[in-house]
Amino acid sequence: MITVYVPRDSAARSVGADEVALAITQEAARRNLPVQLVRNGSWGLFWLEPLVEVVTPGGRRAYGPVTVADLPSLFDGHFLQGAAHPLAQGYTQEISYLKNQERLTFARVGLIDPLSLADYRAHEGLVGLQRALEMTPSAIVDAVTTAGLRGRGGAAFPTGIKWRTVLNTQAAQKYVVCNADEGDSGTFSDRMLMEDDPYTLIEGMVIAGLAVGATQGYIYLRFEYPDAWQVLNEAISTAYAAGVLGASVLGSGRRFDLEVRLGAGAYICGEETSLLESLEGRRGQIRFKPPLPAIAGLFGQPTAINNVISLATVPVILARGADFYRDFGVGRSRGTLPIQLAGNVARGGLVEKAFGLRLDELLYEYGGGSASGRALRTVQAGGPLGAYLPAAQFDTVLDYEAFAARGAMLGHGGLVAFDDTVNMASMARYAFEFCALESCGKCTPCRIGSTRGVEVIDRLLAARHKARELELLNDLCETLQHGSLCALGGLTPLPVQSAIAHFPEDFGLSPSDSLIRRA
Amino acid sequence: MSAAGAPQASHPDWRESVALALVRASAARPGPLLPALHALQGHFGYVPAQAVQLLATELNLSRAEVHGVITFYDFFRTTPPGQRIVRICQAEACQAMGSAALSAHAKSRLGIDFHQTTANGAVTLEPVYCLGNCACAPAMLIDERLYGRLDAARFDALVSAEVGP
Repeated sequence: MITVYVPRDSAARSVGADEVALAITQEAARRNLPVQLVRNGSWGLFWLEPLVEVVTPGGRRAYGPVTVADLPSLFDGHFLQGAAHPLAQGYTQEISYLKNQERLTFARVGLIDPLSLADYRAHEGLVGLQRALEMTPSAIVDAVTTAGLRGRGGAAFPTGIKWRTVLNTQAAQKYVVCNADEGDSGTFSDRMLMEDDPYTLIEGMVIAGLAVGATQGYIYLRFEYPDAWQVLNEAISTAYAAGVLGASVLGSGRRFDLEVRLGAGAYICGEETSLLESLEGRRGQIRFKPPLPAIAGLFGQPTAINNVISLATVPVILARGADFYRDFGVGRSRGTLPIQLAGNVARGGLVEKAFGLRLDELLYEYGGGSASGRALRTVQAGGPLGAYLPAAQFDTVLDYEAFAARGAMLGHGGLVAFDDTVNMASMARYAFEFCALESCGKCTPCRIGSTRGVEVIDRLLAARHKARELELLNDLCETLQHGSLCALGGLTPLPVQSAIAHFPEDFGLSPSDSLIRRA
Repeated sequence: MSAAGAPQASHPDWRESVALALVRASAARPGPLLPALHALQGHFGYVPAQAVQLLATELNLSRAEVHGVITFYDFFRTTPPGQRIVRICQAEACQAMGSAALSAHAKSRLGIDFHQTTANGAVTLEPVYCLGNCACAPAMLIDERLYGRLDAARFDALVSAEVGP
């Protein structure tokens, strides 16, 4: 029996993985060849999807991107024995894009059948949870603190400190909430993790529950991720049946229940207090802080609310030790970051590496430059509220502080590349449009300022004497930045002002204009 | 969405007993309103006006609260959609790969703008902001099925396959 892997990840399916999987089964049957098909997760080498792998004595050999039309020649060329072919990529583990990564959080992604708990256990799954069950809650929190894990959703707040607050707050009921409302353009690591290794998230949430004293978890998932919804629900039901979830986690006598809840198309619900409002059944309007969710969160109870990747990184920290994890990275950015290369890039995908890589290494050595073949002009890092970096800043190191020092934001690690056809004035306008569309309406700067922003940009572009409009725009940005209640209004000026500062010519401005605010 | 099974070719008429059963199935959960709305829309294809009073009564909310939630979230509809909902991503990564041209093509191919349904009721066209397929941009959803690396020709082929010429 020959084992063939074809990913079930929705990105792979979006470019034909299901059709390829079906055709492989049919063609193998027609040729009377014994093939066992496994639907694995995606390795995140998306330019090669659908990526088909064949198990050979020397390891898994990869072919991609495979279409149904390629199958006759693949079969004729004995790809089932790992033979050479124009689509052959060699041994999967030797593909340089993958080989040079440091996959800790994504160690199993691509490797295993996402829904096989046996596969999960066979690859270090549940080891972290076993350890955690032997530790005191305080020791678990200490491990996460020592590891230096910071919130991977974008805010980069130390996870251990958040957990310590929840642990120290007394209440009859506490909650663990996973923020799976991954709405930032250019980010897909949460989606991949949930679709391609869901038990890691489940395990991380159970450990979080043990650490802070919570017995109920919720995953708040965006509706735009229907595949993740299916996989998570199936994984949760398997985890219950296997005693990973429920009244007695792995026979410990300690309870943890978990449920997935679906969002409904509101970007603002990625903001933690809006998310909690939404989970409670209300409009996703943000809450004033304090109180922090760690003290009064879901249903007014102490709540550890963390991003998917933060939670999914906890198992490896517990399994391998805090020091092991902390030894990756630079400065105050410890461990690894699953970076997402997206947009106009030849080799888009997921690159998990220790903090410290340079932006240009990622864009050119991993990404292979633009997809269009034209020069890369800018990269937006950190989602729609992140700054646009010009080519002159492609030497920036991937590290929270290094980005902040350049007035940018690393955020969730999403990088969206644009070639030289991009019009930065229209990107700046879009930033305001998006803010207007997604504003929850609670505070005036964001609700009204976003619409005024679109208008001011239009006037700036049309104006012959631009100084007045630029001054107004700067004032408006200042009001948004300082007067908004949350990051949506507070950070919308970042893409706008970085676009103007680095690409004034797109706005009809001269680089020497004294009103251009520089980061 | 998936709670009520696969997308339906046509949407069932309002039946209070069905709606009541759907709402009551969610009512025992903490924070039941969004799950109840998903269940209703999953079955009826939208949230019918009659559901507002029913939700308010069953979940002990005011009609204003229910209305407020339905209208806050872009996903919830108060009118029936077409047989298929095509959502084209408008976010930055897809913009970097030509989603504006793709959207313009889709509108002209279908003869409708965003938030509209074709005259034959086959397709509703919606914008969407990120589908997590940013490395295979531009992307779209047809109901719950994701597609990537789109261009005008591939859009036409997929839309023809899904909804007829």
